[in-house]
Amino acid sequence: MPTPKALHQFLDHAAGTHPDHVAVEEPNKGKISYRNLAALSDRLRDRLYYLGVRPGDRVGIYLSKSIDAVAAIFGILKAGAAYVPVDPTAPVSRNAYILNNCSVRVAIMESRFEASFRAEIDLIGVMPSLLLLEGTGGGSPLQAALRREAESADTPGTEAKVGSLDDLAYILYTSGSTGRPKGVMLTHQNALSFVDWCSEVFEPHDRDRFSSHAPLHFDLSILDIFVSLKHGATLVLISANIGKEPSLLAPLISERRISIWYSSPSILGLLAEYGNLDRYDYSSLRMVLFAGEVFPVKHLRSFQSFLSKPRYFNLYGPTETNVCTYYEIPVPIPEERTEPFPIGKACSHLRTKVVNEEGKELLAGREGELCVCGPAVMKGYWNLPEQSDRAFLVDRHGERWYKTGDVVTEGPDGNYSYLGRRDRMVKKRGYRIELGEIEVALYRHPAVKEAAVIALSDSEGVRIRAFLSCRGDLRPSLIEIKRFCAENLPLYMVPDNFCFQGLLPRTSTDKIDYQRLKEIS
Amino acid sequence: MNVMEDIKQTVKAYILKEFLPGENPAELLDSTPLITGGILDSIATLKLVTFIEEKYGFTLQAHEVDVEHLNTISDISKLIQSKV
Repeated sequence: MPTPKALHQFLDHAAGTHPDHVAVEEPNKGKISYRNLAALSDRLRDRLYYLGVRPGDRVGIYLSKSIDAVAAIFGILKAGAAYVPVDPTAPVSRNAYILNNCSVRVAIMESRFEASFRAEIDLIGVMPSLLLLEGTGGGSPLQAALRREAESADTPGTEAKVGSLDDLAYILYTSGSTGRPKGVMLTHQNALSFVDWCSEVFEPHDRDRFSSHAPLHFDLSILDIFVSLKHGATLVLISANIGKEPSLLAPLISERRISIWYSSPSILGLLAEYGNLDRYDYSSLRMVLFAGEVFPVKHLRSFQSFLSKPRYFNLYGPTETNVCTYYEIPVPIPEERTEPFPIGKACSHLRTKVVNEEGKELLAGREGELCVCGPAVMKGYWNLPEQSDRAFLVDRHGERWYKTGDVVTEGPDGNYSYLGRRDRMVKKRGYRIELGEIEVALYRHPAVKEAAVIALSDSEGVRIRAFLSCRGDLRPSLIEIKRFCAENLPLYMVPDNFCFQGLLPRTSTDKIDYQRLKEIS
Repeated sequence: MNVMEDIKQTVKAYILKEFLPGENPAELLDSTPLITGGILDSIATLKLVTFIEEKYGFTLQAHEVDVEHLNTISDISKLIQSKV
């Protein structure tokens, strides 16, 4: 195909070359061909235009992962707008904050969220127009919603908008250290350069079947959706419930003949442990890609002992750049290997360097912060100019290098190894968590006087521990505080354990002594 | 003690020991939300399922391992009782 100028051109191109091929499959819910997905997204584009969406606007997606949601992504892009996906399992207050923060013109929403969403928005801002779906699954709820609305309005036939490569394609909100999620702004150019790199390395073709594990607000979904559709392949959506249940997932991957797998490592480890992998045929699987956190070698080796045929890739990169380095894992893993594999070398569309505290480039072998430059690097954070400025290092040629906050070292073979974070962000089961956001939530509990959250990691992965001191004798029960967290944070951010103390330890400058808390853990 | 009560006590004791160490047992009610209340995450749920399967000697069906069947001690006990 000619060099695309916008992400949605992948879909329209494939609809021309592979009209009857299945574009997206949703197990037990249905499937949709390229022709029909293109047509459905066209109709949504027209509907969004009627609702006032214009190029440069934002449109929210408050839907479970489904054919409806994938069609929504393309309909929004075709309208020239950026899509903003929120986590339908997260507290409504958090999602209302996100959609209000980037002032979406329209939110495409499952009607079960409408009442609580309206109540939350009333407290903080202006209600966007809603396009309500009676549910999700197979694309028919979206079709029904469009039919219903078409009765009350003439639909203008608009054209898919192709603006500048620099236009926003999507905004992904990640955990923010100040207690509020922040929106990472990514352009068509950002995503296109990443997708092209994937084509070069993984060589997908139209017989490939991709499994989509990541939720849509997670940057792993960009590879799933756009790489598979670019190549006329089939995307198989794995629902959140099945995705974390090894006994359901293991047979599904086999039955659906998945050939390219991309997920966070934790589910691969669980599959090896609980999935009875020896019962199933995985001969179609040719690529296993994982990203989002360190994959303990013990679990990776155990997974490979069941599946030795595929190639394995460790992909690394923050939402701000998507994948920026990669490393191919040997099969089998040498017996003497115990430490985690490197994150590898820079992808061909990006450049990387390691800098010290002053921003000066370091020689190989020295520990420093990994910085990334090139066409996949985000524009900045939505409406946060200062945080955006702080995220970049501008060199003397005026080039912007994104500072990942990750401390790495470059080995003699040119591969980077991940050593840790500069700040208080952790990855747990692939989710990016700012410990500060959890603390802010804990401080909202009326009994909490002081809150400090730390992350501990061992061979089982990362665990989050909260230390609390309470007012008087108001100490909440463990159950109560967990429930409070579950009401105010996504479930993956609820601390694994709590430790109540009379007073939290302080440093000589009267700050909470995190070092001491780690020592007593 | 009847069978149902016995099952409830077994499940409750396991949850307290594994996932709520130090909690006052009186705080954990048959109706306390476990999954939506942030007590059982996905890995904890898998551990609980493994415990139930080993203890009672049956296999839970895949569709039963969800928030609808496992969110409270009461739900879990009903599920177990329907199997034993």
